[in-house]
Amino acid sequence: MSTTKKFMYVNRKAPYGTIYAWEALEVVLIGAAFEQDVTLAFVDDGIYQLIGGQDTSGLEMKNFSPTYSALGDYDVKKIYVEKESLEERGLSIDDLQHLTWEDEDEDYAEKDSIQVVTRAEMADLFADSDVMFNF
Amino acid sequence: MAIEVNGKVFETDEEGYLADITQWEPGVADIMSKEDDLTLTDEHWEIINFLREYYEEYQIAPAVRVLTKAVGKKMGKDKGTSKYLYALFPYGPGKQACRYAGLPKPTGCV
Repeated sequence: MSTTKKFMYVNRKAPYGTIYAWEALEVVLIGAAFEQDVTLAFVDDGIYQLIGGQDTSGLEMKNFSPTYSALGDYDVKKIYVEKESLEERGLSIDDLQHLTWEDEDEDYAEKDSIQVVTRAEMADLFADSDVMFNF
Repeated sequence: MAIEVNGKVFETDEEGYLADITQWEPGVADIMSKEDDLTLTDEHWEIINFLREYYEEYQIAPAVRVLTKAVGKKMGKDKGTSKYLYALFPYGPGKQACRYAGLPKPTGCV
């Protein structure tokens, strides 16, 4: 049995201008299949990835925002959004999708996955991780 | 590559997955399963339809582990086992059932 490492995936870019956001999501889903300790962070323009009610019909790109709702199925339960990044863009957690995971030990009770943390707290989370991926 | 269903041609990729998911119709699964010498039963269709619903909602084909858990929750614990799913789809419930359902190869499936 290999030891579990703390994987931190940092998302910094808006969802559709580049391929980074979708690629990051795919890597997270693949990594989660190996039952590692997975954490996602959304900072800077990366928070736009989680905005609710996305519509990509004018872009001719696949709207992959519904896929974030599947993260709970993949046992990804820790999603951190940086408070300052939200504020700098005039956004709040209410503008984001509501992401949940189901606790099997509590009769599939739905629990929130997204937590808003300060820049200082985010730095601590980064420092605490074993492996970091920046997208 | 391509397959033909009732005179209609469907493009597939090099591994036999449908190129355009929106083109899918049940006949695609029938033809694909015939090529694998498999006869589709109601139990097979239950999984194929479940996968299509999952894709519709989340825009991805689930990993086997996730599929197993989700099937167990929706259809009962006795169906939510890899034994049950592999008995239906011996080439792997992720790969084989997703292919029949017109979905892409599951993310993380190597």
